[in-house]
Amino acid sequence: MNDEMDMEEEGGVVKQFMFVNRKAPYGTIYALEGLEVVLISAAFEQDVSMAFIDDGVYELKKGQDTKSLGQKNFSPTYRALEGYDIEKLYVERESMEARGLTEEDLLVDVVVLDRAEMAAKMDEQDVLISF
Amino acid sequence: MLHIVNKSPYERNSLESCLRMASKGSAVLLIEDGVYGATKGGSFEGKIQAAMADVKVYVLGPDLSARGMADRVLDGVSVVDYGGFVDLVAEHSNCQSWL
Repeated sequence: MNDEMDMEEEGGVVKQFMFVNRKAPYGTIYALEGLEVVLISAAFEQDVSMAFIDDGVYELKKGQDTKSLGQKNFSPTYRALEGYDIEKLYVERESMEARGLTEEDLLVDVVVLDRAEMAAKMDEQDVLISF
Repeated sequence: MLHIVNKSPYERNSLESCLRMASKGSAVLLIEDGVYGATKGGSFEGKIQAAMADVKVYVLGPDLSARGMADRVLDGVSVVDYGGFVDLVAEHSNCQSWL
């Protein structure tokens, strides 16, 4: 009886989760695995956001075409996140600029933050998971 | 010597180490995440351009396309396909992979 009540209360807690993406797609499995975990997290009705910093900004580059690579092009999935109520995508401006990218190069609508704003956003989180 | 680099220059120093060691007349082939090193507009552009005075730089096309970077290859860098990769290995007496 007590256990049941605890579980109910536990289920009602909504925490802020941020998934931090720092790896380019395809060269390693991190970007794809991170995306899978984000999709799974949507089932738990938490307050989920994604941060893209360092080489993670390359995950959102438009025009990815993996036909001759024999790997799945998973970039369209970022556009489907909205359907899972994952709408908070933050991209660090400095990381984009260092790589010659602009917001127009990205395949999905994002919020561009400068480094200090991104740091503040991270500080707000209850849980950070890094890929 | 053919040098092969498969890491992003923004994440690892493999390309930088490679360029430091690559002697005049050698070739550098960028593959996998290494292809970002051959793209325009980034902070690594100047280093690659400086290196091209002494070494020939190649980049693997399929890896560029996968990453949506095929339309922003630096001038002077040659794009090769898998067959071109094989040719490069065959043409050079030895090769070094910078992991």
